[in-house]
Amino acid sequence: MVIAESITENLVRQWLDAVKDPEIPVISIRDLGILYDVKVGGDEVVVFILPTYSGCPAMDTLRQDIVDVLKQHGLEQVRVQLKNSPPWTTDRISERGRQQLHDYGIAPPQDKKGQPIACPQCGSSHTICISQFGSTACKALYRCEDCLEPFDYFKCHV
Amino acid sequence: MNKALEHYLLRLADTALTQSQRLAEWCGHGPFLEEDIALTNVALDLLGHAKLLYEQAAEISDRDVSADDLAFLRDVDAFKNPLLTELPRGDFAYTTLKQYFLDQFNVLLYAALKDSQYEPLAEIATKALKETRYHITRSRDWCLRLSLSTDEAKQKIQAALDDLYFYTPELFETDDDLNQLIAESIMPDLSVLKEHWQGQVDELLNECQLQVPKSGWVATGGLRGEHSEHLGYMLDDMQFLQRAYPGCEW
Repeated sequence: MVIAESITENLVRQWLDAVKDPEIPVISIRDLGILYDVKVGGDEVVVFILPTYSGCPAMDTLRQDIVDVLKQHGLEQVRVQLKNSPPWTTDRISERGRQQLHDYGIAPPQDKKGQPIACPQCGSSHTICISQFGSTACKALYRCEDCLEPFDYFKCHV
Repeated sequence: MNKALEHYLLRLADTALTQSQRLAEWCGHGPFLEEDIALTNVALDLLGHAKLLYEQAAEISDRDVSADDLAFLRDVDAFKNPLLTELPRGDFAYTTLKQYFLDQFNVLLYAALKDSQYEPLAEIATKALKETRYHITRSRDWCLRLSLSTDEAKQKIQAALDDLYFYTPELFETDDDLNQLIAESIMPDLSVLKEHWQGQVDELLNECQLQVPKSGWVATGGLRGEHSEHLGYMLDDMQFLQRAYPGCEW
């Protein structure tokens, strides 16, 4: 079935705002910067995704979530294609995405090297790294020395 | 060129997969929680590298195969990893030192492969390098921590070095196919890589105050599909599900 002209690439992008990262369900794939491109042509929609870490186990769920969301809007032929180039970096996370991470209790990646990593609970920059490897591939484990709470830090990946 | 390229992609993929499997065996057995998580995180990254490499190998293969077929349906003599990555996981010192040797190799290799004339491999290397840099920071730190702490820890990591050291030259072995790829700048000259690797390793072992063993023997065989008995047991574990339930998906 040929896709109606009213369905533009921009519209599909807006619909895809409903697709969140399966492991951090507050940030959309657009704000995380992994939604690279959308192509609408002929009878299919192709969604290009830049995976974060190469072993990210959330990719299959994400693929299914994209297909499901677009199906709700009547799109039957959806192909999700993973791309390794350009490589995804944390610079691709939007300002809104950084705020969403923070509000969810995850410290967003550093803007500049050497900048202290602030505790997302109390705001103190008196924090220490417990392990570079956290609950998912993209996060490190930190602890706040003031409020003593442990927290996840979204690792800088450039 | 495709035959040589497929051979090399499988060499890289099999190496990453077997490393990953050995690290994954630590799941639930790490010395403490954070380290358990770190070991399995590194395993997951390596599994990701293996997946990308198998997908590429499957794409260029003349045979109609998928990445999963390559990982789960080939037998021991078709695997091309060096013997080092199939050795049993041993104790924590053994795993740590082995991982350091491999991390140091991977950092240098992927940094060089970023400039490969074969674009898909350059893209995979760019991605893998970033992750590998985290790995080496951790394994390096642990080598120092273990070597410079209690007598027992030092003894264990020295024993690991005595056991593992002569498995490392195999990482740099080449054959006719690989030499062809080196000549075409698809992969780096491994003899140059070896010098860099040796320099870095010597420096760390010196800092760790460990004694490099003297020996006349050197492990070899992986590139030709000649493996130790350990690989058979590993594949038995790893491939069981696909062989018992062909085509089974998560």
